[in-house]
Amino acid sequence: MAATPRRTPLFDRHVAAGARLVDFAGWEMPVQYAGIRAEHAAVRERAGIFDVSHMGEIETSGPAAAALLQELLSNDVEQLAVGGAQYSVLCREDGGVLDDLFTYRLAPERYLTVTNASNHARDLAWFERHADGRDVLVEDKLEDFAMLAIQGPLAREYVQAFSDAPLPERFTVATRELAGHTALVCGTGYTGEDGVEVLCSPEAAGAIWDESVRRGAEPAGLGARDTLRLEVCYHLYGNDLMESRGPIEAGLGWCCKEDTGFIGADAVRAVRAAGPAERLVPFTLTGTGIARQGNPVVGGGEVTSGTLSPSLGIGIGMAYLPAARAQTGEAFEIDVRGRVRPAVVADRPLYERPTA
Amino acid sequence: MADASYPTDLLYHPEHDWARIDGDVATLGITWFAQDALGEVVFFDPPAVGATTTAGESYAEVESVKAVSDVIAPLSGEIVEVNAALGDGPEAINDDPYGGGWLVKVRLTDVSETDALLDAATYEASL
Repeated sequence: MAATPRRTPLFDRHVAAGARLVDFAGWEMPVQYAGIRAEHAAVRERAGIFDVSHMGEIETSGPAAAALLQELLSNDVEQLAVGGAQYSVLCREDGGVLDDLFTYRLAPERYLTVTNASNHARDLAWFERHADGRDVLVEDKLEDFAMLAIQGPLAREYVQAFSDAPLPERFTVATRELAGHTALVCGTGYTGEDGVEVLCSPEAAGAIWDESVRRGAEPAGLGARDTLRLEVCYHLYGNDLMESRGPIEAGLGWCCKEDTGFIGADAVRAVRAAGPAERLVPFTLTGTGIARQGNPVVGGGEVTSGTLSPSLGIGIGMAYLPAARAQTGEAFEIDVRGRVRPAVVADRPLYERPTA
Repeated sequence: MADASYPTDLLYHPEHDWARIDGDVATLGITWFAQDALGEVVFFDPPAVGATTTAGESYAEVESVKAVSDVIAPLSGEIVEVNAALGDGPEAINDDPYGGGWLVKVRLTDVSETDALLDAATYEASL
């Protein structure tokens, strides 16, 4: 019998807003409120607000913090300045991806890493195991933080209105008073739109949510979160990233700095040098239909993410294809539950903001 | 469609499908409950005219943004017409599940199968 799912501090607000709730990674989370397409459009055109409090946080501090993170994270932690944000993957010794993470440097020897909800316990154990014997403190901060994402062209304007100081720029983090509550504000997001992610105490989450909504941010759920990220080809662990494949195959070689000697670096270096056997590519369906995770590609490969793109009105997704076929413009076919549907490899991102 | 409704001139299958009987031809679709549970329908690929339906078995799929759902046939027969308008406007399944959202018409192979279906009151009480 499954354990009762956990609830975030904003659960009552989701219910009051008419959310349809689902169990996600052991948390009872809103999949949609007004509807996935309406919420998706709200984020692309104005601003939406997401409760992402189910995500985990790990704080790494002390004299050996940078050294520990350098060993665990694929990116070069030496390049992460105080007040900065850095994306990386966490790998096994054989290069298989354990998680994709953002790490914020809050102070010279204090870092905060945000984990995917489904991987938090495993990531924490991995951090703790490798911290053993070093002058570093690894702390589980999951219970200390709620997390909200306010995303869209108007998101910064809305949040700025109740911030005590200018919001931090993209890829930076700063402490601010939002609606009178202390919060870490990060210039990051998962939608392809501008905006911020806010880490605050569970007690402050309601006030910050209410203030954001009052000013016009529309509640948006996990359904829209997925269509938004897939349109801009951001990876989702459990779909596009998994232990059985490495970062080079996934197109994340850019955040891997093998010379830092992270766990898995040798394996990643070897794949980079030889070229991966398969690559993750974005695609669109050239006819009707919607491809879904797990649909095989005819002749080899598989779809790892698929949906109807609300912005484009067509089926889109990402798939691992044999390297020789993983080129923009390559036509291929997807076996969608027994019906073969034509598709074509596209450039990332699949959706781009109109510039006019 | 804002409010739940279950027209009394239709027959219902427990898997949330309805049938409108006209002689030996039945129009089939999914109920208000089913479209509400699905969310916005974004894709419906109709089965081929000439294909058969078997009572209690899936004959088609409706897709929302996030999921694919089987549509269960309430009655057995041969598909004689499909709702091609749903290709451009699948949202009719949500907005008008008993009218413009009809899925297929079948020529019934055994009209007595209708005896096993529920009336509106019984179906609604089962929800």
